[in-house]
Amino acid sequence: MQTNFTLEQLADPHVAESEKILRRCVHCGFCTATCPTYVTLGNELDSPRGRIYLIKDMLENGRPADEEVVTHIDRCLSCLACVTTCPSGVDYMHLVDHARIHIEKTYRRPLMDRLIRGLLAAVLPYPARFRAAVVFAKLGRPFVPILKRVPALKPLGAMLDLAPASIARPSDAATPGTRAPQAERRGRVAILSGCAQPVLDPGINEATLRLLSRLGIEVVVPEGEGCCGALVHHMGREEPALDFARRNVDVWIREIDNGGLDAIIITASGCGTTIKDYGHMLRLDPAYAEKAAKVSALAKDITEYLSVLDLPKLEPKRLNVAYHSACSMQHGQKITLAPKNLLKVAGFTVRDPAEGHLCCGSAGTYNILQPEISGQLKARKVRNIEATKPDVIATGNIGCITQIATGTAIPILHTVELLDWAYGGPQPQKLSAR
Amino acid sequence: MSEAIEFLPPRPAVLSRRTAIIADLTDLLPAECVIHEARELVPFETDAFISYRRLPLAVVLPKTTAQVAAVMKYCHRYGVPVVPRGAGTSLSGGAIPQEDAIVLGLSKMSRILEVDYANRTATVQAGVTNLNISEAVGVDGFFYAPDPSSQLACTIGGNIGMNSGGAHCLKYGVTTNNLLGVKMVLVDGTVVDLGGKHLDSAGYDLLGLVCGSEGQLGIVTEATVRLIAKPEGARPVLFGFETSEEAGACVTDIIGSGVIPVAIEFMDKPAIEICEAFAHAGYPLDVGALLIVEVEGSEAEMEATLASVVEIARRHGVKTVRESQSAAEAALIWKGRKSAFGATGRIADYICMDGTVPLGKLSYVLKKTSEITDSFGLRVANVFHAGDGNMHPLILFNANDPEDAAKAEAAGNEILKLCVDAGGCLTGEHGVGIEKRDLMRHQYSDADLAQQMAVRSAFDEGWILNPSKVFPLDGRPAA
Repeated sequence: MQTNFTLEQLADPHVAESEKILRRCVHCGFCTATCPTYVTLGNELDSPRGRIYLIKDMLENGRPADEEVVTHIDRCLSCLACVTTCPSGVDYMHLVDHARIHIEKTYRRPLMDRLIRGLLAAVLPYPARFRAAVVFAKLGRPFVPILKRVPALKPLGAMLDLAPASIARPSDAATPGTRAPQAERRGRVAILSGCAQPVLDPGINEATLRLLSRLGIEVVVPEGEGCCGALVHHMGREEPALDFARRNVDVWIREIDNGGLDAIIITASGCGTTIKDYGHMLRLDPAYAEKAAKVSALAKDITEYLSVLDLPKLEPKRLNVAYHSACSMQHGQKITLAPKNLLKVAGFTVRDPAEGHLCCGSAGTYNILQPEISGQLKARKVRNIEATKPDVIATGNIGCITQIATGTAIPILHTVELLDWAYGGPQPQKLSAR
Repeated sequence: MSEAIEFLPPRPAVLSRRTAIIADLTDLLPAECVIHEARELVPFETDAFISYRRLPLAVVLPKTTAQVAAVMKYCHRYGVPVVPRGAGTSLSGGAIPQEDAIVLGLSKMSRILEVDYANRTATVQAGVTNLNISEAVGVDGFFYAPDPSSQLACTIGGNIGMNSGGAHCLKYGVTTNNLLGVKMVLVDGTVVDLGGKHLDSAGYDLLGLVCGSEGQLGIVTEATVRLIAKPEGARPVLFGFETSEEAGACVTDIIGSGVIPVAIEFMDKPAIEICEAFAHAGYPLDVGALLIVEVEGSEAEMEATLASVVEIARRHGVKTVRESQSAAEAALIWKGRKSAFGATGRIADYICMDGTVPLGKLSYVLKKTSEITDSFGLRVANVFHAGDGNMHPLILFNANDPEDAAKAEAAGNEILKLCVDAGGCLTGEHGVGIEKRDLMRHQYSDADLAQQMAVRSAFDEGWILNPSKVFPLDGRPAA
C-alpha cells in the first residue's frame, strides 16, 4: 500500500525497514481471520491489519506513541499467525518489534504498568532470581483474590496464579560442561539452558540430554550463556535484548571455535524464534552482524534436529497424544510436521486439535500483562484439545506448558520427554503419577 | 493520488453535531462498542480498495440486532449516514466510509446460531466468516457453496451485500442462489424477517432484492443459508496451454459442450508465477496460461467428466494435464488460487477488476485487456473464474507514484467498458461500490437507473445508507 515518509525519516534504518514492510501490505484483510485477538474481541483495531495501520499512521507522522496505539499493540500476542496467513508476505514480526521499540522510547506508561514490567524484566531472565521469586510467590498466593479485584494489580494476581505450587527439584542439566555421548559419537551440539525453563521444568532438558547422549551426540552446556532476550525484546527494550543476544553469540562462537557445533539446540520454541532472529536483530552492529547470522543459522529446535537423525520406527503404543503447536513453533519457525512425525514414528497416536493455529494465550509475559484475553484464549484452547480426548498433550514450549496446565487435568509434556521415554528413557513423572 | 471518484460532500449539520452524536451513541451501546478517538478511526478509513480513503465520524460495533436497531433509529432520526462493514475485504470500496458517516461494523456478531441438517440450513449472525460456516458443518459432511477467494476473512453479511461469488459458483450458483432468509434492520430501526428456510416465500421476493443491495436497503444482522452435502470426492486438475487465447477458447468449448465442472479457474503466466511463489502448489511454470478444472462426485463421475474435458482441451492444444495426487496437493492448488490477489502484493500494488463477459468473448477480451494495459505502459495479471466469464485483470502499479496510480485507474475503466461493450457487465461478484459507480451509466440507461434508485428510495428515503456508493452522484433524486 501507499506510504508517506520523508527522505529524512527513511534515513533511520528502522523506519526504512518498516516502510518496506508496509509497502508489501495490500490491506486484503486475510490476517484478521486467524488473529486470536480479533477472533476474541471482534474489533479491527485488535487485528494485524488494524495494528499495521495504527503503526503506519504513528510512524508516518513521526508521533510519539499514545495510549490508544499502545493499548492495541500491547494486546498483540506476537503469535505471528498473521505472518503464516498473509499472502503478500508482510513481515509483521519486525514491524511490531519496531513499534514496540518506538513505544518504549516515546511513551510513559502508568506507574503500576511500569513497575510490573520492570519487575518482570528484572526477574524472569535470571534463573536464580526467578527461583527466589517462585518461592516468594507461594507466600503471595492468599492475596490473589484481592489483587484480581484491582485493575492495575491484575497482572500481579495472574503472575502468582501461574507460579508453580512446588519448586522443581534441583537438576544439573544446566550445569556447564561437556556431556560425552553414550553411543558412538556422530555429532556435537550446544544446548540452550535458558532462563525460566530450568526453574519451572528442568525435566525437559534432562530428557533432551539423555536422548541425545543415547543417539551419540556430544552436548555442550556452555559457560556464561543466559536468557535469549525474547522477554525484554517483546517489551520493546531493545538495548537489553541486544545485550542478551551479544552475550549468547559470544558464548556460542567460542564453542564453534573450540570444537565446532553442528547445531545450537533449543527446547523452548519461543527462544528459538528469537535466536533465529539474532542475525536480523544485530544486523546494524558491525562487530556482531556476521557472528549473529552464523549463530542464527545453527539454531535448531530439538525436533528439527532429531528429524535429521533418522530415529527408528517403533511399535504403536496405546497412547493418544494431542499435539499443541506453539505459535513460535508453527508461525515463528514454520516447524509444523517434524514434531508430529517424530511422535508418530515413536509409536504415539497423534491428534490435531481444531483451531490449531490459535494461540493458547501464554505468549511470553502476555498471560501476566493481559490476563483477561489470555484467559479466554486458554479456555478455547483447552476446549479444543480436550475434544480430541487425549491421554497426554505434547508441545514444544515451556510457556504453553505452564499456561495450558492451569486449565486442564490432562498431563502436558514437552515432545522431547515423550520421545526420550519411547527411545529408552524413564517414564515421565507426570505420566507415572497417573 | 489524484482522486477521480468523488464522495458526497459531508453534511454540515452532521459534522457540527459530532460531539453530541458520539455521546448519544455511547449511551446506546456498551463502551467497547463505540470508537471515536481520532487515532483509532484511521484503520477504518478504507477496505481492500485502498486507493480511496475517508475518515469516518465514528465506528460502532454492536453485539445484537437490538443494538443495531437502536443505532439505525438514532441515525435515521438525525440524518446521520451509515456505512455497514463486515470484514472490510471489499475490492470495490463498498465499506469505505465518508467524513459524516458512522461505520457500523458487524464484527462482534460472529456466532453460528443454528445448524438444521433436516432442512439443510445454517442460521448465522452477519459477522460470521464465509469459511466458518463450512468449517462448522464440515465434520458432518456439509458445506456452504459460494466461496469468494477471501472466504477465510469475508463475512456472510458482506457476501449478501455484494452477492458474492467464488470459484465453485459455476456449479452451485452465487450468494443469491444459496441464501434462504435474512433478519434485517431497516433504516428507521424496524426489524424485518425476509424468507425463511424454504425455497420461496409468499408475496414479493424481497430477499432477492436485498442480496446485492450493497448495504443500501438495510443492515442484515442474521442470515439463513443453504447447506450442501459434500461430494464423495473432488479433484482439481491443472491444464497448461501455450497462450491465454487457447485457454480461453477451451473454456468456451467446455461450457458450450454442456459439461459443467465444479470450477474452471484461469491464470495467465504472471498470475501463475505470483501464486506459485506463495503457495508452492506445483503449478507448471513453462506454460502461458493455466486452467484449474475441478471435477467432483464418485470416482466414475470424476473420470467421465475429466475425460470429456481432456478431449476438448486436446483440441485446443493443451500442453500439460496434471491431476492432483493427494488431498494436501489439492489444498495447495486452491490455496494458491485463492491467495492470488494478496500474493500479488509481493511484486506490486494492484487494483482488481471484476467485469463479466459472455463466454464466447473470453479470448477476445483477454487480448484487448493486454492491449489496453500495454497502451498505458502497465503490467497485468489475469486470474479469474473462467467458467462464469467473470474476469479479474489485476492491474499492477506503484501506489507511491501518483501518475502510475492514475494510469492504473484509467486503464481499469477502459477494461470495464470493454466488458460491457462485449455484452457483459461491470461486476460479477465484487459489487459496484465506489469503484464502478461512475461507470454505471455505461451499463444502464437513465430509465434503468431511475427504477433502481426508486427502489432504493422506497427503503431509504433520505439516502443515508452507504450513500456515496452504487449510483452516480448526478441524476440522483433530490433527498
